[in-house]
Amino acid sequence: MSSLKLDRRLIDSARESAGQIAEDTQKLIDIHTTEAVERTITRLLGVDGTNDVGTPLPNVVVENIKRVGGLSIGAAYFLVNAVLNTGLTTQEIAEKVSVGELDLTKLPAKPEQEIKDKAYELAAKMVERIKGNREKRDEYLNTIGEGKKPYLYVIVATGNIYEDVVQAQAAAKQGADVIAVIRTTGQSLLDYVPYGATTEGFGGTYATQENFRIMRKALDETSREVGRYIRLCNYCSGLCMPEIAAMGAMERLDVMLNDALYGILFRDINMQRTLVDQNFSRIINGFAGVIINTGEDNYLTTSDAVEEAHTVLASQFINEQFALKAGIPEEQMGLGHAFEMEPGIENGFLLELAQAQMAREIFPKAPLKYMPPTKYMTGNIFKGHLQDALFNIISIWTNQGIQLLGMMTEALHTPFMSDRALSIENARYIFNNMRNIGDEVEFKEGGIIQTRAAEVLNKAAALLKDIAEEGLFATLEQGKFAGVKRSRTGGKGLDGVTEKDAKYLNPFIDMMLDR
Amino acid sequence: MSSGLYSMNKKEFDITFDPKRVKPYGDTMNDGKVQLSFALPMKADELAKEAAKLYAMKMGLEEPSVVHMADLGVGYSFFVVYGSCNHAIDITDIKVTKVESSVMSMTEVDEYIKKNIGRKLIVIGASTGTDAHTVGIDAIMNMKGYAGHYGLERYEMIEAHNLGSQVPNEEFIKKAVELNADALLVSQTVTQKNVHVQNMTNLIELLEAEGLRDKFIVACGGPRINHELAKELGYDAGFGAGTYAEDIASYICQEIKA
Repeated sequence: MSSLKLDRRLIDSARESAGQIAEDTQKLIDIHTTEAVERTITRLLGVDGTNDVGTPLPNVVVENIKRVGGLSIGAAYFLVNAVLNTGLTTQEIAEKVSVGELDLTKLPAKPEQEIKDKAYELAAKMVERIKGNREKRDEYLNTIGEGKKPYLYVIVATGNIYEDVVQAQAAAKQGADVIAVIRTTGQSLLDYVPYGATTEGFGGTYATQENFRIMRKALDETSREVGRYIRLCNYCSGLCMPEIAAMGAMERLDVMLNDALYGILFRDINMQRTLVDQNFSRIINGFAGVIINTGEDNYLTTSDAVEEAHTVLASQFINEQFALKAGIPEEQMGLGHAFEMEPGIENGFLLELAQAQMAREIFPKAPLKYMPPTKYMTGNIFKGHLQDALFNIISIWTNQGIQLLGMMTEALHTPFMSDRALSIENARYIFNNMRNIGDEVEFKEGGIIQTRAAEVLNKAAALLKDIAEEGLFATLEQGKFAGVKRSRTGGKGLDGVTEKDAKYLNPFIDMMLDR
Repeated sequence: MSSGLYSMNKKEFDITFDPKRVKPYGDTMNDGKVQLSFALPMKADELAKEAAKLYAMKMGLEEPSVVHMADLGVGYSFFVVYGSCNHAIDITDIKVTKVESSVMSMTEVDEYIKKNIGRKLIVIGASTGTDAHTVGIDAIMNMKGYAGHYGLERYEMIEAHNLGSQVPNEEFIKKAVELNADALLVSQTVTQKNVHVQNMTNLIELLEAEGLRDKFIVACGGPRINHELAKELGYDAGFGAGTYAEDIASYICQEIKA
């Protein structure tokens, strides 16, 4: 019902252009690796912990390899070679490297085939663990069940993981289905992942494996108590994108922010670095059954939501194609968009409805992630609550997948426990009261809504065609997304990118993509 | 004895406005009516409700009325309370620090600069430190502006450079020198645990250490910033919520002329 009568051929051509963009970029991705990718492989091969000055051992291992230009051969090769030489575990080896008792690059090289076989053997252990987590999640979903879509997604952001647990459990009891632990400001620019439980953060809590474990355990308890599986979300972005994915896969996170372009545009991370990192992080997320959330909503915080709506759609197409390349099924693609038009616009609600319905029809299986108003939220919390209500109406009408609940105190402070409760109450009221409106109401032929959707699709298809011709890199250099210009060799993290050697080895890509 | 809202009892209070004794206004002068909401770390029951009421009385509310109580789970409860506040404020005795410049429109600012300064003003802005939020600086600087107020990039006589988010103070200063900036705009959105104060102080200290403080007009803005705080931290001006590009442009051009 409520069809927009979109031009199917135009959708196909837009998707084809996006496919070509991803294909071209994938060629570059396939021949490169990065420090973050190698640290991730190190973690997945069983290395964790820090040395006596707090440097994570995966960093120590990769530094050791990088120093003599070994990054292009990869951490798996050196670590497994060391295992074959010493008979120690990867963790013991990393500890020896950290105290200077072992140099991975100075050991005699075992035959390549022997290294490869051993690497797959060691990797299998972690692959099994992650598979086990996926099965555990399925078991929870099959036995205790889950909330109805749109899932209610709320954030906790106290900076202290133990306080976060209290807030998260309260939110789950109030009706939340997904809990996101916001990261401390600035973590995306750290070129390492902090270690252990943390209690100090600004505007959020450090993403660490231990914090993941603490929160997952608490939410498992609450899931059983409320009779609904509560999903846990974190942020797989920044300079440690694949490492966070690996840690999330190990600790059974369920949802991860994971955009192909976000780091480039909004964190000024080098584009080559981000594109290589996002690919491996998505392979892990795909295999772990994690729903990825893409970040198109961010475009609208810097550009105008009416004028730039087509860039959101274009980016959704690109994110979809990159995700497919990393083995992520459509059911795990939480493509993002947002309710960010200026509230003073006449018929603004109709334009928002057109955009949300369009995304629904173009990506029918994706659990679309819908973001609340933030840019035009003010200190008038009473109006803010109404803005959030309109946003909730569109979500239930257009059958969105993940509803990132708006807070009436957005732009004022990180949410109070009571802000969250009011927000959940708002959404539940509207979702219940208007449950089947989308099945009942059709859009007027050639009316404002259909016309708007056609216009946005047209512009998105044209933009994608341009990008396919010019290439993604050139497009980013020209500032076509979010009005942000980035150069191919600019930004953070480029020195951590290197071309793969013929001997390069990453067993996880094959095993996780099942090829 | 709970609600005062529908009480038919006559209230005995003076209903003339007195600037020395100003009270909140509900529907009658000096009725002192306020609304508030808060959570208590107690499960929602009669005890919690009574606690909420007594707490409101401690805040100076007479006859507080707990009109709504909700369970927040895990032993917390939420309240909406109304009451008549017994405190009054003497407004004849209040001093307000605010930016002393008259606000002009975009066209007027451009005219003013042409006439009084005769060259383009160079303004750089950034969300500095670890702050990743650009919504504030974008609203002020980007062409499009915010809610119908064009940003500085649109001003004919202003050369605006928006450096984006998470700009380290050192880099911000370097860029200011490189571009020979007239004014530096610092946006701070994340303010948890006063991280914005540390970061803003650090910028001024760095400028002073390099002997550059007097070379630039340095202004800051954000939801938790006001002119008084800005002055205290060594800034020339501070702009809080509800500020638009023209407020800042007007201030900068008048300050440079003066």
